[in-house]
Amino acid sequence: MSAPRPALEALREQISRLEGHNRLRRPTLPFGVPEIDSRLPGGGLVLGALHEVAGGGSDALHSAAAGQFCAGIAARTRGKVLWIVTRQDVFAPALKQVGLSARRVIYVEAGTDTDVLACFEEGLRHGGLGTVVAEVARLSMTASRRLQLAAETSGVLGIAIRRWRRQSNAADFGQPTASLTRWRVSVLPSVSLPVAGVGRARWRLELIRARAGECADFEVEACDAQGRLAPCRLALSAALADGSDQEEAGQRRARA
Amino acid sequence: MLSLDLAARRLGLRPGTPVAKAQALYPDLVLMDADPQGDRQGLEKLALWFQQRISPIVAVDAPDGLVLDTTGADHLHGGEMAMLKDMLHRLAGVGIRARAVVADTWGAAHGLARYGRAPIAVVPAGQTVRALAELPVEALRLSASIVEGLATLGVSRIGALAAMPRAPLVLRFGPDVAQRLDQALGRVGEAIIPVRPLEPVEVARSFAEPIAAAQTIARYIGKLVPPLCQALDTRAEGVRRLDLLLHRVDSRIQAIRVVTAMPVRDIKRLTRLLCEKIETIDPGFGIERMVLIAALTEPMERRQRVSSLIAEEEADVSDLIDTLANRVGTQALYRFTPVESDLPERSFCRVPALAPEGTKDWPEHWPRPTRLLARPEAVQAMAELPDQPPLFFIWRGVRRKVKCADGPERVFGEWWKNDAELTIARDYFRVEDTHGERFWLYRAGDGEHGETGSQGWFIHGIFG
Repeated sequence: MSAPRPALEALREQISRLEGHNRLRRPTLPFGVPEIDSRLPGGGLVLGALHEVAGGGSDALHSAAAGQFCAGIAARTRGKVLWIVTRQDVFAPALKQVGLSARRVIYVEAGTDTDVLACFEEGLRHGGLGTVVAEVARLSMTASRRLQLAAETSGVLGIAIRRWRRQSNAADFGQPTASLTRWRVSVLPSVSLPVAGVGRARWRLELIRARAGECADFEVEACDAQGRLAPCRLALSAALADGSDQEEAGQRRARA
Repeated sequence: MLSLDLAARRLGLRPGTPVAKAQALYPDLVLMDADPQGDRQGLEKLALWFQQRISPIVAVDAPDGLVLDTTGADHLHGGEMAMLKDMLHRLAGVGIRARAVVADTWGAAHGLARYGRAPIAVVPAGQTVRALAELPVEALRLSASIVEGLATLGVSRIGALAAMPRAPLVLRFGPDVAQRLDQALGRVGEAIIPVRPLEPVEVARSFAEPIAAAQTIARYIGKLVPPLCQALDTRAEGVRRLDLLLHRVDSRIQAIRVVTAMPVRDIKRLTRLLCEKIETIDPGFGIERMVLIAALTEPMERRQRVSSLIAEEEADVSDLIDTLANRVGTQALYRFTPVESDLPERSFCRVPALAPEGTKDWPEHWPRPTRLLARPEAVQAMAELPDQPPLFFIWRGVRRKVKCADGPERVFGEWWKNDAELTIARDYFRVEDTHGERFWLYRAGDGEHGETGSQGWFIHGIFG
């Protein structure tokens, strides 16, 4: 990305003054991947804000990659993590492998979506937590605005994993909400290893929406033991050995 | 004979059999004198125990039962059915066999618990009439002479009794029959006068005029909490369970119970927890007396805060835990902790959110999926025996070609827990399909020996 232009910076400052965020520059959590951080206003995920993450393709149902992505972010914040679900299928040893120790995560199993949102807001408002992660299906504009305000007052990072029971409901992700950024995480085939076995997982991160920022696509390698992402060392075309896979990958992208 | 244990019942003895007859049949029968006073005291002790653990309003339902008003307390135990199961489980733990029923009224629950079919049941609201219809009239807490009289009339079921005209019944048997019937069907109220805990920490306030508005109740909660905290302070204790009893003008009692994960005597925090529950109570025609009782207290030491010079202190979240626990229930709030087991579904267990941290941890170098399916799902797969990963598999109607795989990770059954697990084994594979999606599959068995499992393939988790 080119160097920041002074006129644009001045305009941004003016807008943020109008929006009432001019007290302090809010702290951010950088990903440590320059391509991503340079695209995000503030140079990373803004703490004290609501962010949305959903899985792409069939991951919209399971949110395995999305969950791992969020766990990686939560692992890099300080303090306890509140993880709110309606049905429990998080496997704690996997979270530990991206640096989120089971000692830090408190799970809340709420019965309904309404309860999830109520607990989510309560957690964000408290201020003593590092991250609040909630798995919700429906997130209305009103609800997300409440969550965003709660996060702003306390400075806690809030992540909503959008997860649906049916693939057809995933279109709900297009509805506008008050979250600061919106991500879609889909899996990519890993780089073929010279020996038998599975390589490090790779994801396509789509930044679908960023307030005061632009949309972008990234290809990254999945979280390591400290929850950090890494940029892909090889382009996708080089990573795939044969043409059939490439064709299928293209189809998958078209579906997602 | 008044009461018999299970072994005696199996022999065919019933309460009411004369002792001489029973002894003639079974000379080695163990007989004990009835001790109604002792029974009553035992029940009272049990009632106090229930009051501390389950719900604030508990009374002895002589001669052989307890009655609890669980309104507003069941969600803390994960729902009504879960609460009953937990209660019976705890009682079984101390050697008491019991039956438990949740119903709309005291009378209905009394009858169903003693004469109903299921030992544990929840009667949905509004279904009391139907549930009671088939029960014998003894279930109505009537005296033996009245039951006998009704039997002479040929009335043995509550349904038939409820259908009879009232006036002749009252003329013949007095007002008791109609009153008990109305109480069981919820047409007239029946107050449960709760047992009082020993040496309770309590504060009460009576009102000249009954109060009903939520703001007024909140204001008086704010006035009751400080003296309670002061009383706790002098005893160096904190509260774990706090009950607010609201006596209504129609002599019913409404209750709010809040639980805390740690002993607390912080005025602001307790007030907030109580005020969040105001919407759950029904003030009816007004409340004339409010009583705040610390049902369960625990010693609480003053702690010295760690200076920020030494270490950056981690924020205290116990107040958030309490707020959430009172909303969704204590069971719904937990952490996972490692358990030493190779079987994935047994490798973790739930502990309370604020439980002390253990030192054990899971091994780090084995691949573990982000999502673990609640139970493994069978998939169709084709693989080379004995230890190759599948070439393809079909899960939920989608055929996936396996591009690469890691494994096997062999897991053996835990023979020390269960004899049937002595021979079983599972081979876990992490596979990636051509789209890049990763799954955790296993084969039930080692691929060579039939006794190790069915050799079928299952999916157990999804990787991120």
